[in-house]
Amino acid sequence: MSPDQSNWSFFAEHRAEILSATLDHMTLVVIAMVIAILIGVPLGMFIVQRPTLRAIALAVASIFQTVPSLALFGFLIPIPFIGGIGKRTAIVALVIYALLPILRNTYVGLTGIDPAVLEAAEAMGMTNTQILFRVRLPLALAVILAGIRTATIITIGVATIAAAIGAGGLGTFIFRGVALVSDSLILAGAIPAALLALLADFLLGLVERKLKVT
Amino acid sequence: MNAKTEDFPRNLIEFRDVSFHINDILERLVISKVSLIVPQGETLVLLGRSGSGKTTLLRLINGMLLPSEGQVLVQGHATTAWDPIRLRRGIGYVIQEAGLFPHFTVSENVALVPTLEKWDRGRTAARVAELLTLVGLDPTEFADRRPRELSGGQRQRVGVARALAADPPILLMDEPFGALDPVTRAELQREFSALARRLHKTIVFVTHDLREALLLASRIALLEAGRVVATASPQEFLRLEHPEVRAFAASLEAVPGATP
Repeated sequence: MSPDQSNWSFFAEHRAEILSATLDHMTLVVIAMVIAILIGVPLGMFIVQRPTLRAIALAVASIFQTVPSLALFGFLIPIPFIGGIGKRTAIVALVIYALLPILRNTYVGLTGIDPAVLEAAEAMGMTNTQILFRVRLPLALAVILAGIRTATIITIGVATIAAAIGAGGLGTFIFRGVALVSDSLILAGAIPAALLALLADFLLGLVERKLKVT
Repeated sequence: MNAKTEDFPRNLIEFRDVSFHINDILERLVISKVSLIVPQGETLVLLGRSGSGKTTLLRLINGMLLPSEGQVLVQGHATTAWDPIRLRRGIGYVIQEAGLFPHFTVSENVALVPTLEKWDRGRTAARVAELLTLVGLDPTEFADRRPRELSGGQRQRVGVARALAADPPILLMDEPFGALDPVTRAELQREFSALARRLHKTIVFVTHDLREALLLASRIALLEAGRVVATASPQEFLRLEHPEVRAFAASLEAVPGATP
């Protein structure tokens, strides 16, 4: 039997397990992304007019991004309330990772608007709040969404490591496969994770193109 | 210029000894001791080279900049005393490249100030149609287009319509035709000059193009390095002896094939 066939038969035999792990994985990603968006977008809007806070927020988010993910999961375990073993800790770590691309793109989107448009808005007597919600935000949507797209793909990948702290998901197969030196097990985790990432990339790309205003 | 204090319904805009410098660049004066009166119905053209302070003067009128010294009065009140939002809603503003909102349709762009002022739909729609017609755009054809679907000249027409939407007494224009090709520019200049005469708005128009200034102005104020160095009617302007006037006049004649 070729290795291909053995992999396929392994997938076929374990498809229920793989499916439930995939759903677990998606749940982790979706919850983390919703929280990251709810924090990142408003924070990005908030720091647009506040240079000091902007420098701090972007620096902190960047530093977190540089911490290796496995280490970050490890660091979080002993922290009370947010730490421990399981999904909650994993979600906290995923949110921390997803935050930077969302925060940065929100900020870049809101500030990268044609100065002539902003000048006209101000000169026509729009208040700062009106400019933010009626001009900056609609024009920044595509860029913000690009950040969400990047963050989603990162999160789908990083979430496989969450299995190391008992959060479940597709990483379970990968860690087990590494321990047992089984390609089939590793692929049973890696292929669905890759497919999820491709699918998310494609779908969010469609939305992004729809929102783009030139 | 003897600035009488209380004749303000006639003098819509008045600069009293206005200086402006940028805070973080030490002692860099952008505007230096400018006094100017713009009476109702006048089209004042601020003429000058790049960096002479024309745009700064314009932004001092609608409170986007506030004077470092002196006062700018609009309808008799200092810009520092105005609520900036109220002040700007009463002043139309047209800039180079129009600055239309790309995510709005043409009619939404024109309806901007009426929408902010919460006019009812019917009145706004009627006004939008009226204005598009006024600037030479057929409302049935253009109302639902996006700015990217317009030519540069059409965009600029929409920009003018947007500025006029709430019927402001004052219109500020910052090189509005500067980015257009020469043929379209000449077309818009002619039409705008006729429109301005009909509307009786008080207009402050910034340009570095003497030809445009001569065509549109009821009075020209020439700026050099942040100072007003000459003011004259278009008829008198070319006869002035000031070296900067001569420099601009020379630019008119510097066309190959034209008599020197």
